[in-house]
Amino acid sequence: MRITCPLCGDRDLREFTYGGAAVYMDRPGADADLDALDAYLHLRDNPAGPTEELWSHDMGCRAWLKVRRDTVTHEILGTALAAEAKRGAG
Amino acid sequence: MKRYSAFAIAREALRHHTGWDRAWGSPEPKKSYDVIIVGAGGHGLATAYYLGRNHGITNVAVLEKGWLGGGNTGRNTTIIRSNYLRDPSAAIYEKSRSLYETLSQDLNYNIMFSPRGVLMLGQTQHEVRAYKRTAHANALQGIETSWVGPERVKELCPIINIDGPRYPVLGGLWQARAGTARHDAVAWGYARACSDMGMDIIQKCEVTGIRREGDKVTGVDTNRGTIGTKKLCIVVAGHSGVLADMAGFRLPVESVALQALVSEPIKPAMDIVVMANTVHGYMSQSDKGEMVIGGGADGFNNYTQRGSFQHIEETIRALVETFPIISRLKMLRQWGGIVDMTGDRSPIISRTPVEGIFINCGWGTGGFKAIPGSGWATAEMVARGAPGDLAAPFSLDRFREGRMIDESVAAAVAH
Ligand SMILES: Cc1cc2nc3c(=O)[nH]c(=O)nc-3n(C[C@H](O)[C@H](O)[C@H](O)COP(=O)(O)OP(=O)(O)OC[C@H]3O[C@@H](n4cnc5c(N)ncnc54)[C@H](O)[C@@H]3O)c2cc1C
Ligand SMILES: [Zn+2]
Repeated sequence: MRITCPLCGDRDLREFTYGGAAVYMDRPGADADLDALDAYLHLRDNPAGPTEELWSHDMGCRAWLKVRRDTVTHEILGTALAAEAKRGAG
Repeated sequence: MKRYSAFAIAREALRHHTGWDRAWGSPEPKKSYDVIIVGAGGHGLATAYYLGRNHGITNVAVLEKGWLGGGNTGRNTTIIRSNYLRDPSAAIYEKSRSLYETLSQDLNYNIMFSPRGVLMLGQTQHEVRAYKRTAHANALQGIETSWVGPERVKELCPIINIDGPRYPVLGGLWQARAGTARHDAVAWGYARACSDMGMDIIQKCEVTGIRREGDKVTGVDTNRGTIGTKKLCIVVAGHSGVLADMAGFRLPVESVALQALVSEPIKPAMDIVVMANTVHGYMSQSDKGEMVIGGGADGFNNYTQRGSFQHIEETIRALVETFPIISRLKMLRQWGGIVDMTGDRSPIISRTPVEGIFINCGWGTGGFKAIPGSGWATAEMVARGAPGDLAAPFSLDRFREGRMIDESVAAAVAH
């Protein structure tokens, strides 16, 4: 599996560290109710197919990336810098 | 069902083995069942078996999308042990281990349980402390384990290099009554016994949707039509998230590939199971002589039943230091299975937000050892509609309530 870092280009999986589902970026606020916190902390979509997740390019530029990946085929469907993705969404 | 025995082998030998029955039937699905179990792995089949044997419920179907035992049950490295830290885990794993001791007799099917002993190496000071703590906990739980020093380790397993330069062996947690069993035979033995009780094990039958009326389950859609039921038990390991999605709820579970490999067969070299959790690898020798080797799970979610090269490399690199004799061995086969990981590395045996739907999952990298006990506890829950003492601590709401059953020390390595 190879991931295309927007800054460094096409790199081997071993350069990256997995950071879980991309929804981790949407942390509920301090006043969020129990259900929202439970969902954020414990529950997972865990799809068989395309999913969005966070990867850190630890052995490269060390940027956090938002990666769209197919969990059945390992195909990388798109990558972006997490910080930019977050700004874009917000 | 014809009983298997030495006499039966002699009788069949006289007629050139033409008289053996099929071990289980392959029926067409009926319109509805009292209980439908999704997934004919060890846990699903054991649940069906104890529903019949302990609770007299036999109008049961087990639906399997592939072939029975073709999931993780047929892909694991068969370690059976019960030296866990927390009381609820110790209770269910020890129940399971003790059921394994007589399972061949109970099922009239040789599952080749081999209580050869399992040794978990302590290779750092904090591992030593953690295992001593586990040994004390086990003593209180009534589970026979002990902490042994490096000389005893060398006696138990002469091929170990105890003074490895990076991770010397400081001792080990030894469970003499732990061991291995033949994984396929466990699935086959339960399947044969279920079929004999009149249950339908339906292979190549994939559940594609779950039918509900309001908050209640009414049946499942499959590639072989719709089948009705008021009680549905989901036991699909790595695919639990997919089935939960069909039923309309989410689980605290993530799916990753875990892999194993075997070497070419060699003369008997080790007669126990050794787990080296610090370096992340474990090994035993099969009856055929192959060294059976397992390591850690992939570090990211996926559903590809094949594993990855970098993990094989890591596992072998780690084990070669502890077992120098394997450095020249050729590896024969490698494979992967999709395991269902929870945050606290403990399983889920629970009711769900949908009435009539029960779930058994989250066994992750270590559920082969739990098959009989888990089936026992799950059957009790499905039959009564509520979990009994064995299952109760493993309910879904423990995450929300902060009642985690933290076994990440006992189960830090895949097994
Ligand atoms: C490489 C490896 C090594 C392991 N080593 C050990 C070990 O040494 N000791 C130990 O205790 N544990 C070990 N494990 C873990 C153990 O294998 C599992 O925890 C256990 O087998 C799970 O059994 P199960 O019945 O829950 O799941 P499975 O055996 O995976 O059965 C689930 C079944 O559900 C079916 N299914 C899925 N979706 C559907 C659907 N939509 N419709 C119908 N059927 C469906 C699947 O086809 C599958 O047959 C290991 C696992 C792996 C992968
Ligand atoms: Zn980069």
